[in-house]
Amino acid sequence: MLRATQPAIEARGVTRLFAGTGQNAIRALDNVSVSISENEFFTLLGPSGCGKTTLLRLIAGFDFPTAGEILLHGQDIAQLPPYKRPVNTVFQSYALFPHMTVAENIGFGLKMLGKPKAFIDARVDAMLRLVHMEALRNRRTSQISGGQQQRVALARALAPQPKVLLLDEPLSALDYKLRKEMQIELKRLQHETGITFIFVTHDQEEALTMSDRIAVMSAGRIRQVGTPGDIYGRPAERFVANFIGETNFLTAAITVTGDCKVRATLQSGATIDATVAEGFQPNGSATIVVRPEHARLISGAGDLSGTVDNIVYFGTDTNIHVHLDGGEAFTVRQQNARSASCGFQRGDRVGISIGNNVAQVLRD
Amino acid sequence: MANASEVAEKAERDDIRSRWLLSAPALLIVFLAAVGPLLIVVVYSFLTPGNYGDVKWQFSIDAWVNVLLERDVFDDTLSLAGAHLLIFWRSVSLSALTTILTLIFGFPTAYFIATRPEGRREIWLFLITIPFWTNLLIRTFAVEEVLRNDGIINSTLQLLGITDHPVQLLYTNFAVLLGMVYVFLPLMVLPLYASMEKIDFRLVEAAYDLYATRFQVLRRIIIPLVKPGVVAGSILVFIPSLGAYVTPRVLGGGTNLMIGNLIELQFGQGRNWPLGAALSISLMAIVMVALLVYVRNTTRLDGDHG
Repeated sequence: MLRATQPAIEARGVTRLFAGTGQNAIRALDNVSVSISENEFFTLLGPSGCGKTTLLRLIAGFDFPTAGEILLHGQDIAQLPPYKRPVNTVFQSYALFPHMTVAENIGFGLKMLGKPKAFIDARVDAMLRLVHMEALRNRRTSQISGGQQQRVALARALAPQPKVLLLDEPLSALDYKLRKEMQIELKRLQHETGITFIFVTHDQEEALTMSDRIAVMSAGRIRQVGTPGDIYGRPAERFVANFIGETNFLTAAITVTGDCKVRATLQSGATIDATVAEGFQPNGSATIVVRPEHARLISGAGDLSGTVDNIVYFGTDTNIHVHLDGGEAFTVRQQNARSASCGFQRGDRVGISIGNNVAQVLRD
Repeated sequence: MANASEVAEKAERDDIRSRWLLSAPALLIVFLAAVGPLLIVVVYSFLTPGNYGDVKWQFSIDAWVNVLLERDVFDDTLSLAGAHLLIFWRSVSLSALTTILTLIFGFPTAYFIATRPEGRREIWLFLITIPFWTNLLIRTFAVEEVLRNDGIINSTLQLLGITDHPVQLLYTNFAVLLGMVYVFLPLMVLPLYASMEKIDFRLVEAAYDLYATRFQVLRRIIIPLVKPGVVAGSILVFIPSLGAYVTPRVLGGGTNLMIGNLIELQFGQGRNWPLGAALSISLMAIVMVALLVYVRNTTRLDGDHG
């Protein structure tokens, strides 16, 4: 990935406390530091209440940090009001102005910046083309559909050509199909405009599809930052592994066998090879994770063995829940072939084969 | 056996009849209390004044002529009635000023209440309505007490040595205006609050985000969205101001009359009931014209929301 010398947005030790009942102030953000590059599609992912929206509001200027700095191209903007930041927001509720037309909404930012009318008109036209809304130029925002409102909100935020575009769960109000369409649309817009996008969502699938990098947040902290591949394939801690995708967690005794390599011994005595993140020294017992689609079910003996407990079919794949001999539950996902059957039945004795570099030791 | 359409027709007829029956008491009251007296007023305005008040049943348009014109005692020529025009002008201008001032004072008040956290707003609204608990006359006399030559304001000014003789505050247009603003302010605040409370304050955030300063947010977002409240509040203040009687009587003394006082004068000492009736109808006409002009202007500028 291309890294600019200076990040577009950088948070340094940002903390935001909200007055709570009694002595316990609520720590919405707890010493968060993150650096987002120029032209990056960066996603803040986490469950509700994890602080992702608070971080977004601090960057937008709707709220101010209790401690820490927010740098835009190296300049601290943490105390500037929103109208002095070259940053625009697409709101979850869109927040379109009901007393203005589509064109007036899109041109609002430029008008406030005091741009000449001819310039605004030209730019509004360009924005309408960009989001394929030319025909609805003079409609009231109450007369257009949710998906169209979404596009107007995007065009309105992009029209002043912000340095950074903030998107606060903008797709959550759309139905599934439209959401998929808008995900691709957003990627295209980001590519065409070259603007840094900071996207907030609680939808892991959305985050994985769209982002260059993802920051997974929980309880006011950033748990892991990385590419979708990193986050999914090499989750650093239990929360990340659990929040994103399905995962098998196994408790095992660990013996270090080499550089970043360990042997994990399960309750049943079975052993599997696992990898460890660099610089992490597990000792004794640890949790290892295996993604269900990375394991393979075989009828003979495998790395693990157990009994088929349940078979759940869902279109493209089938999940086979296995009761391991050591007592743990383990799920294997296999892609469905053209024939409907997965080849196993409840109660079958099965083996599970786990390849190299598949199992991972978690930092709990 | 009756077929289906006959049954439906009968049901509809019954429905209409029961609706009329149910609204009959209200219609009766409206007719007896509003339309009836209004008709009497219209009829009286075309009669001749009696010697001791009352009317003579003799058709005359003198009353209507006298609304705007006056007959010279010596040569019988007609000229514009300066006194009446002055009173009309004073009524309209003081009412307009009252409306503008209550709007200026009421707007921030309503904004303040609307931006309080939910649950606290009711307390503020409650405080706004407290003046209604006291009789209008008493409130007006309270203002008089404050404005008197030996009232709080003048005695304070003299105590501080700012002036050595009392400043004439009472019995001026200023006193009338102050009294009316005081009396009508809640009528402006309440409808303003009602439409402000409905504003989605995320729109304000969105406007800030799009480089609008505080003033621009007020002008481009809040004021346009509050317009229905401004219209309602202005109507609620302007109309009763125009017909105000107690406030100009107490605070304006005998010299700063408004239309309401003029009308009272004709029915009282003036003993000219037809003129009083004609003036009353003129007042209604002014109100209706002002209302039409105002509503037409505000809705045209405003587009279709609200």
